[in-house]
Amino acid sequence: MILLLATEVPARLVRLAPIDIVIVVFYFALVLSIGWYLKGRANTGEDFFMAGREMTAWVAGLSFLSANLGALELMGWAGSAYQYGILATHWYWIGAIPAMLFLALVMMPFYYISKTHSVPGYLKLRFGEPSRALSAISFAFMTVLMSGVNMFAMAKVMQIVLGWDINFSIWVSSLTVAIYVTLGGLRSAIFNEVLQFFLIWAGALLIPILGLYEAGGWTNLKLQIAQRASSEYVHLWSGLGSFSTNPMGIHWTGIVFGLGAILSMGYWTTDFLVVQRILAAKDIRSAEMAPIIGAAFKMFVPIIVILPGLIGLAVLPEKLVPESVATLTGGHSYNDVLPLMLARYCGPGLLGLGVTALIAGFMSGMAGNVSAFTTVWTYDIYRPFFNSKGSDHHYVNVGRWTTIIGVLISVGTAYLVMQFASIMDYVQALFSFFIAPLFGTVVLGMLWKRATGPGGFWGLLCGTLSSISMWAWVKVDPTALRYVALSPHAKGLAQDMYQALWSFIVCVTVTVVVSLATKPVPDTALTGLVYGLTEVPSVGDIPLYQKPLFWAAIVTVVFFVLNIIFW
Amino acid sequence: MISIWFFIGISLAVNGALILAAGIYQLVNPPANPGVVLFHLHANVWWGAALLVFGIGYCLKFAPKRNS
Repeated sequence: MILLLATEVPARLVRLAPIDIVIVVFYFALVLSIGWYLKGRANTGEDFFMAGREMTAWVAGLSFLSANLGALELMGWAGSAYQYGILATHWYWIGAIPAMLFLALVMMPFYYISKTHSVPGYLKLRFGEPSRALSAISFAFMTVLMSGVNMFAMAKVMQIVLGWDINFSIWVSSLTVAIYVTLGGLRSAIFNEVLQFFLIWAGALLIPILGLYEAGGWTNLKLQIAQRASSEYVHLWSGLGSFSTNPMGIHWTGIVFGLGAILSMGYWTTDFLVVQRILAAKDIRSAEMAPIIGAAFKMFVPIIVILPGLIGLAVLPEKLVPESVATLTGGHSYNDVLPLMLARYCGPGLLGLGVTALIAGFMSGMAGNVSAFTTVWTYDIYRPFFNSKGSDHHYVNVGRWTTIIGVLISVGTAYLVMQFASIMDYVQALFSFFIAPLFGTVVLGMLWKRATGPGGFWGLLCGTLSSISMWAWVKVDPTALRYVALSPHAKGLAQDMYQALWSFIVCVTVTVVVSLATKPVPDTALTGLVYGLTEVPSVGDIPLYQKPLFWAAIVTVVFFVLNIIFW
Repeated sequence: MISIWFFIGISLAVNGALILAAGIYQLVNPPANPGVVLFHLHANVWWGAALLVFGIGYCLKFAPKRNS
């Protein structure tokens, strides 16, 4: 996606019929109506920032999943599937499912019973103000910058796919999000995320259905991919024994330990953008069930993301190329595969629904960013550092204004990226710096009572600095990738995995050393925050089939079966 | 409070009806150049119908009157 910014605008990929325009306009009308309807239900801080903490497991779970299911994610991973084959599925399975289940069964009880408003808020309770400040400030600014970067990238996609004016896309989408989040707060964002979940499936599921029909079924599809690319494109694990025997240039240790154990754990358990949805659950059982429901659906997202990329590899007459080559030749890049498949199978009406799904994905992602930013800014920055004695009504007003200001900063970032394309690369990298160390800090805080405030702060700081250092090292000297990722055959994606692993290890090591060198925190101060000192509330006397552990076990079994089937 | 599922029902039903209508129109007046692969399957007819049925089902099940 990054290089999209540098491309000249080719002829549009698809042309919408009037019926398609009606479907898109109807979507905008509906989300604004939902925001308007919910405006009367966002009067208190709990309502505006936490959706009243009354979401059911299904609503919280689908929203949790949708916050991550943005349009750029869909298009980017479909492009990755075309480029790397079924290996891209690792980001949906081992790169998500274990982390979601870990969040549900291990971490969620602590987030929930501490009644924190945010992940930085938990760090305040566990490690003190410095850790919260470091986490909150970095998260708030990275979130709003990421929102702007995504906004511009999406506007660029709309320009390429539909020929829409870039200013039109930026302002219409951002103003719509600003209106419905300002009116309805987190509840409005969550409602629209659930709506987006259905629209994405309704708009995208037809592509794999028709694609498999055209390819002659899964077996024939694999044969065609083997002929046009390589048989390794349809195997998840069998090519990961070496960096040089798979299209991604990655080793299984990077996937298992870097992606599965660290990076995904960091994202799914500590990124407040997604965790906020679960904190809005109505009770402890719903809070535990929500990530499990999210995990169950996440396992099947590759049907609408990875499969279209694989089908494109088999049936598209033209060969898609990297973005840099497409820029020079005027051809289509990997990232165009999803719109190309949409145009290939979807006639009037269906095309409008598919485009609406992309727009909905983008807007709900932006709403997620903005609502998370608003909460962290208001509760973790404004209240402790600027005005700690305001009324609840005052903080709600601050939240509404912060929503508008957050959107405007995002718009400003989008225009900044338009002028200086390389900013996008830096902002995305910046965001990844904090994920793995934050996971180290939070998980040690929850599971190890000996961890102290200074230990948490210095661990988080050193882990983050080590991540930045590795990124800068490879940026200055690309051959350094062989040291960071442990092989001269390693490619770009491997860097993220190993960078996460090393920064996590640095964070944990520093936290442990500093904690052991500082005065322990009394047990009484850790009640409700740390495993072993907290009585985790029971989900109640309910039948087996209603217990989170039961459904987590089923998801785990399906997860292993899927990995074995596509080994 | 109106359930989120009711809004989803409205969305699916309206989109389904529009897609079904477009599909039926193309079924009755087939374009000379359909512009899509597998046009003969008339995906917009059955997919639109499926969305419409699903959406109506949600609207009926989660209609505000029943919730209140």
